Amino acid sequence: MEIFNHNANVNFLGMRKFSVGIAILLMLASIALIAVKGLNYGLDFTGGVSLVVDYDQPVQVGDVRAALEKGGMEHAVVQSMGGTKEVSIRLQPKDDPQSGVSTGGKVNLDKIADDVTKTLQAARPDAKLKSRDYVGSAVGEELRSDGIVAAIVVVLGIGLYLGIRFEWRFAVAAIATEAHDALVTVGIFALTQREFDLTVLASVLAVIGYSINDKVVVFDRVRELFRLARKAEPEEILNRSINNTLSRTIITALFTAITMAALYFFGGPVVHGFAITMLIGILVGTLSSIFVASPILLWLGVSKQDLMPKTKENPELARRP
Amino acid sequence: MSDFPRWKYALVAIVLVLGIVYALPNVFLPVPAVQITANRNGTVDQALEQKVTDALKKANVVSTGVELNNDHLLASFTNPDVQKSASDAIKAALGDDYTVAFNLKSTVPHWLTAIGAKSMPLGLDLQGGVHFLMQVDQDDVIDKQETRYADDIRSALREKNIRYDSVVRNGQRGQGVSVVLKSAEDRTAAANLIATDYPDLTLTDGAATGDRFPIIAVVRPDKLRELSVNTIRQNLGTLRNRINALGVSEPIIQQQGDSRIVVELAGVQDTAEAKKIIGATATLEYRSGYGTPQQAIDAQRSGIVPPDARLYKDRDGRPYLLSKNIIVTGDQLVDASSSFDQQSGSPAVSVTLNAAGAKKMLDFTTGNVGKPMGVVYVERVVDTKIVDGKEVRTPKITEEVINYATINGVFGKNFQTTGLRSAKEASELALLLKGGSLAAPVDIVEERVIGPSLGQDNIQKGLRAVTLGLALVLLAAAFYYKLFGLVADVALFFNLVILVAVMSAVGVTLTMPGIAGIVLTLGMAIDANVLICERIREELRNGSSPHASIRAGYDKAWATILDANVTHLIAALALTTMGSGPIKGFGVTLLIGILTSMFTSVTVTHAITALIHGHRKLKTLSV
Repeated sequence: MEIFNHNANVNFLGMRKFSVGIAILLMLASIALIAVKGLNYGLDFTGGVSLVVDYDQPVQVGDVRAALEKGGMEHAVVQSMGGTKEVSIRLQPKDDPQSGVSTGGKVNLDKIADDVTKTLQAARPDAKLKSRDYVGSAVGEELRSDGIVAAIVVVLGIGLYLGIRFEWRFAVAAIATEAHDALVTVGIFALTQREFDLTVLASVLAVIGYSINDKVVVFDRVRELFRLARKAEPEEILNRSINNTLSRTIITALFTAITMAALYFFGGPVVHGFAITMLIGILVGTLSSIFVASPILLWLGVSKQDLMPKTKENPELARRP
Repeated sequence: MSDFPRWKYALVAIVLVLGIVYALPNVFLPVPAVQITANRNGTVDQALEQKVTDALKKANVVSTGVELNNDHLLASFTNPDVQKSASDAIKAALGDDYTVAFNLKSTVPHWLTAIGAKSMPLGLDLQGGVHFLMQVDQDDVIDKQETRYADDIRSALREKNIRYDSVVRNGQRGQGVSVVLKSAEDRTAAANLIATDYPDLTLTDGAATGDRFPIIAVVRPDKLRELSVNTIRQNLGTLRNRINALGVSEPIIQQQGDSRIVVELAGVQDTAEAKKIIGATATLEYRSGYGTPQQAIDAQRSGIVPPDARLYKDRDGRPYLLSKNIIVTGDQLVDASSSFDQQSGSPAVSVTLNAAGAKKMLDFTTGNVGKPMGVVYVERVVDTKIVDGKEVRTPKITEEVINYATINGVFGKNFQTTGLRSAKEASELALLLKGGSLAAPVDIVEERVIGPSLGQDNIQKGLRAVTLGLALVLLAAAFYYKLFGLVADVALFFNLVILVAVMSAVGVTLTMPGIAGIVLTLGMAIDANVLICERIREELRNGSSPHASIRAGYDKAWATILDANVTHLIAALALTTMGSGPIKGFGVTLLIGILTSMFTSVTVTHAITALIHGHRKLKTLSV
């Protein structure tokens, strides 16, 4: 079975001004959104309030969670603590709809503790607050700085590999589109104000991995066609590369998206963030593989000469037996 | 057929068999159990077993077995809810003489564990773990700081030839250092000196009497606050390092309030081992030797110790005199690893110092070849005793000379410390030293076993989604690429098996984000097959024969698969090495997944394809 016409020859490069223009606009919009609206950081990043609640009779964690959700506190982390009658609840101040977001930058611990207790008592009158405290973030300072180091290492590593295996222009094009994909994905989070937690961060990083994988496949075809072609007009080669790999680009995106969609619709709330980020990332990454990466290559001036195996060009080496 | 050599068939077969065997333990789910260990006054014996059985019967809790092990009793149950009720019932029946903790009883058959196969540990969110609440000893920070200021001021005065009577810490903590000088001029000079050198100190003149002219130097409150903030931050970092080195992935390490730290470790049921590593504040001090062995024996007997020296003992009680001045401490250490001394073959710890420490060590050894140096092992533990119904915590500091030897040559950055009793001790000490020293000691004020945060329903939902997603992809692949799609499906299934096998063997903790990572890996693993199938189709379209198409398809796709996966691998590697928590777990999953999928989707599918098509004449291909 085939969905795509294998003789398709859509002139993707022809619309490069338009497509790259949109990409740049999206990037700028994402930066503006992240700067203006900011991300809705989860408990992992901000820390929050930790409460221990005691019940007279045994209680199920699921029931406590349901009671909290009913009161509008959806992102609370509920754990049972050694036994059947005690649960620990962690939440961000902003999850408590009654407290409003902290008055004057200060979190009113008493108010939140009070609200949570009332919410729980509405479901089970035997709930009693045992202790309350502030908690710091799970993401330490060093993780944030490590994250930056990791990002730099990834960019350098990928750049270096592509630079050696392909050519520097491919490295630049890959990294530029990569930045675009990551930014737009995060930008959508800023726009929708969905909670940004550690799992989502992991997912954004996975998006980068997916997207680089996707681009390299197209680039690989570009290199191959350049080497094969007798008369290599860059624009034509790039167009043919995109068209030739188009079916695989979309099929792979579809296959990956199927798994993530299953995770999103049936995986429960815990993996929502991960799955939705991946779905956004797959869409953005696929589009940029088709519409953005190759035009950058063209503008950087990729040519047949750059891609011929280097050894043959070296007369010194050619003369050797 | 010549395309696919026989040794590769063998390789595929071996890997598949190993994959199945090492993935197998995950099928045997551990059963929830309650572990009963004796405290000071209790004993674990048949009588206890009977008592527990009776208690369970009385509470109407059905146990699947109560088992007596060496030092503990393990009662297993069918599900976590029963386990909780059982724990409550046993606790009530046994009282304070026993520790009743949750545990898991492995059901993996013996022959599997014998060959090193084990199941993946589950994360905190999936199975719960232990919870520690730790109190950072902020008083100790102030103590250390004031002592340091006193030492610094003393040496600064001596250097500038300002005559002083005494420089001592004030009796009460936080009251600073009092400096007593001999004259009003000296006092002015000293005040100027301290004010310029130590802007963090507030100076006030005390009442002068006769020839005593005191200054009180108090550490500024904002500086103290900054110190306590830094202390807790450094302790958090140190704990993270240590716990990461412990190999427990996905730990939660959080600050709570001003001076408390919460640590949650998944799947750890044996709290004693974890406590030993996270709460320990063991460090090494390198001090120069003082006097002769005879002097040390005399000092021990008479109790008179020279003012510049301190009396230490080693494990066997032998006395040593060491200088009060420390050459280098564990703080200045950048790396430590356990090793064996090449000459004696005894366990040792190889140490690497930072630049400042290396310089000090170099300076010291340069001037002291032939003289003795001692290595002191300093450990702080907190003893908890119940006195009059109240918990009383007394910190106990153990200082032991573990090595006392003559300096044979000049050394700086790298050297070895011998004198450890066993290889295990050497590796534990190396782990502690490498984990960094705690800026202030921490006391564990609360420990608990916690249940899974996700709850059974969420875990089941997650697993259902995984199965469904996989099934859909398998269907789609078979539908779109027909026979080749089916082959890819078989390979994908084996990819899951091998991935699980490798993750189990490596000991990667499985969490919900980890499960999502596995799903993603599988979704992306099919990409290699998509590339291969698309290539084969292209070759067929170009008029190549079926066999040639398969060969060319695999050949040409391989270069692409390699480039795409290596770049992906670089990204995964960075996540693994630099992330922590869920990021790291996810990165490891991705890393292993990319490697296994390269094998299964290329080599395994090629083997199956060669088996199916190899010896037949083909007119068409089902792709």
